[in-house]
Amino acid sequence: MSSPAPAAPPLLRFDRIQKSFFGVPVLQGISLSLDQGRALGLVGENGAGKTTLMNILGGNLAPDAGRIEFAGLPHQPRSPLEAAAAGIAFVHQELNLFPNLSVAENLHLTAFPRRRGFPVIHRALLRAKTRALLEQVSLDIDSDTPVERLTAGERQLVEIAKALGIEARLLILDEPTTSLTDLETRRLFDLLERLRGQGMTMIYISHHLADVLRFCDHIAVLRDGELVGSGPASAFNATRLISLMVGRQLDQVFPGSAPPPDSPPVLEARRLSHPGIIDQVSFTLRAGEILGLSGLMGSGRSELARILFGLDPFGAGEILVEGKPLRRPRPIRCLRRGLAFVTENRREEGLCLEASIADNLLLVALRDFAPPPARWIRRRPLQAAAARIRSAVRLTPTALDSHPVKTLSGGNQQKVVLAKWLLSQPRVIILDEPTRGIDVGAKCEFYQLIHDLAARGTGILLISSEMEELLGLCHRILVLRQGAIRDELQRPEFDRERILRAALHTERAP
Amino acid sequence: MKGAWLRRQGRRALASEYLVLALSVAYFLVLLPWLPELAHPRNLANLFSRMLPLLLVAMGQTFVLIAGGIDLSVTAVIGLTSVLGASLMTADGGWMAGHAAAVPAGIALMLLTGALLGAANGAAVTGLRMPPFMVTLTSMMFLGGLAVWLTQSQRITGLPPAFLALGGKPACAFGLTLGAALFAHLLLSRSLFGRWLYAIGHNPRVAAISGVPVPTVTLAAYVLSGISGACAAILFTGRLETGSPVHGREILLDVIGATVIGGTSLFGGKGKILWTLYGVLFLTLVDASLNLMFLSDFAIRMVKGALILLAALIDALRHRYETA
Repeated sequence: MSSPAPAAPPLLRFDRIQKSFFGVPVLQGISLSLDQGRALGLVGENGAGKTTLMNILGGNLAPDAGRIEFAGLPHQPRSPLEAAAAGIAFVHQELNLFPNLSVAENLHLTAFPRRRGFPVIHRALLRAKTRALLEQVSLDIDSDTPVERLTAGERQLVEIAKALGIEARLLILDEPTTSLTDLETRRLFDLLERLRGQGMTMIYISHHLADVLRFCDHIAVLRDGELVGSGPASAFNATRLISLMVGRQLDQVFPGSAPPPDSPPVLEARRLSHPGIIDQVSFTLRAGEILGLSGLMGSGRSELARILFGLDPFGAGEILVEGKPLRRPRPIRCLRRGLAFVTENRREEGLCLEASIADNLLLVALRDFAPPPARWIRRRPLQAAAARIRSAVRLTPTALDSHPVKTLSGGNQQKVVLAKWLLSQPRVIILDEPTRGIDVGAKCEFYQLIHDLAARGTGILLISSEMEELLGLCHRILVLRQGAIRDELQRPEFDRERILRAALHTERAP
Repeated sequence: MKGAWLRRQGRRALASEYLVLALSVAYFLVLLPWLPELAHPRNLANLFSRMLPLLLVAMGQTFVLIAGGIDLSVTAVIGLTSVLGASLMTADGGWMAGHAAAVPAGIALMLLTGALLGAANGAAVTGLRMPPFMVTLTSMMFLGGLAVWLTQSQRITGLPPAFLALGGKPACAFGLTLGAALFAHLLLSRSLFGRWLYAIGHNPRVAAISGVPVPTVTLAAYVLSGISGACAAILFTGRLETGSPVHGREILLDVIGATVIGGTSLFGGKGKILWTLYGVLFLTLVDASLNLMFLSDFAIRMVKGALILLAALIDALRHRYETA
């Protein structure tokens, strides 16, 4: 990637940008420059200042001090519209498309082509323009399709087409691959490569360090509002990036762990099948074991977890909990048998966001504190239990039990989800992407918690897209592909490439 | 400085649980010099007797609203249970006319009918996954029509004195409502059922995954609403000494309005029996005072509509301050 420095001045230059919120410095003098036709990878923990920097560039915020130069001119946008007019397009994490409108309408929302002299939309011209834009992003769909019928990957491409429509010269991409399948991610990168070849400049923000390392020309690392590392991508690897992001070495990120001695099985699946979802899945999880489930999105990992917890049906096979069969699983039955399920999606399935921290913490365990037949709640023991579990998961002490849970940070919210299950003292915990969207510091605490739970004899089924997480925490890893287990690795045989091969190896769809 | 202080106090007042109670007391005190009749014992007694059935039904509605639903059929339940109970007990040709057990049987029939109708609504909502608004709107039409058809628009008189006393004697009616209110309050705040109900209102998916039997609990909320309708029917029938399909027909909007004025959210997950009590108190007070001013029915409706709108506005403001 080391090409000779171009003679032209950089397209974008940040010069000592500073920004504080309520006296707390968020950006402390960031200076960066980016050449035309290059991709800059911006990495850092949540709260490191990436989003603030991009919001300043995109016209959502004004800097306290410092200057930005864009295309040789001072850049001081007072609104996102002004930034867009200057040629900067921002593809947000949560996409800014209207699902009820058609692709064509979304692409031309700010400037519909009109029939000359009439306030009437020129439909034919609208379609033609839309087709041209969609062609540029290699998206073969009808321009009248409502956006709600598109997949996440297609929506991402429409969003990029929108940027091309305003003739953007700089494209900011914030976590563009989070909700994409593997194939869609691949398509996205193909497109980004092509756009870069045509001279598009990009800023790429992501927690997926592998993507950043593979795709970007330059990488900048932010920590607590400071630029702690910057240079050509070839000068970095994942270990170095992480240690820069957290300011400590990687081996501290993961607690060490030892495989457990022979212990009784707590959760078994025997030839579990459901047409099109999972295929003859068998495994045994022992007490005190951390068993990893690896696989791409759509490989059946999350689906398997949902089946085990009785949220989805299964066609054939058997589930055993502590050696005894679990017939017709339902969440209530699973719970009584000592299962817990930390779902993938904490906002939709993990927490009642508007409800208080206490109500969320106690939701699962409530029934244990309301003895039949009257089922009145015994409040004092309940409050004591809540206080105990709060400190067990090290929930931030500044948050009162009566505050709504949505006021907590992502990491603390996830601790509440885990805590509410721990209160029922489960024998098996299924964790589906437990550290998604939380910052590296909170991740470390979470790893420690998982490790401690296993050390005390809880069986843990860990589903994760992050290879580092699986390699660092698990005693054993199963690799799923197309609903079936393709490989099983014991800790000494852990090998990133072997796992990836098992997860990927497949005849590509034509 | 002063502005900020005022704003802060304003927010505190908005967020206060007792806002509606304080408003009721303030309204009463401010109005008193101009409208001294308001404090006349007869008028106060009248006010309370009007409050009681409304409160009963509004408490049932509170359960349903907290679960994120709505029950529009409850006024039709009042009419139908009144008619059925009266048909059983009436001295002129009742099914159990003159029988010693007629009164307990009549009351049991009314409560059972209310519970069953509520269960039917709840089953349609949870089992068939139909929208509560549609289910209860259509059952309101059907049950309301059924009650009129059963009686051929005749009022049913000749009810046993023991039954009339239960709903008609202020002390009895008050005792019945107080008992129901205490039970409802404890059920919501201290029981497993109550806590589960709030969780369902906040997010039914989270509740289901967390082991809450969502269909059963939701169904129970509708059953409670049906029973509350039957209890209100006992009061109406006793006070007016007739069984009639039109009892309570006018109070549907008052029921929902009072509940919302009290602070129970139409979006589910939020509400309290005490809030509903304050809401009912306020709305009844306004209603009674406007009646004493000899305003026309239309004018009273306009004022009440404006008040309910204001309550919805305050709910929205509260929501904004709590999220900010």
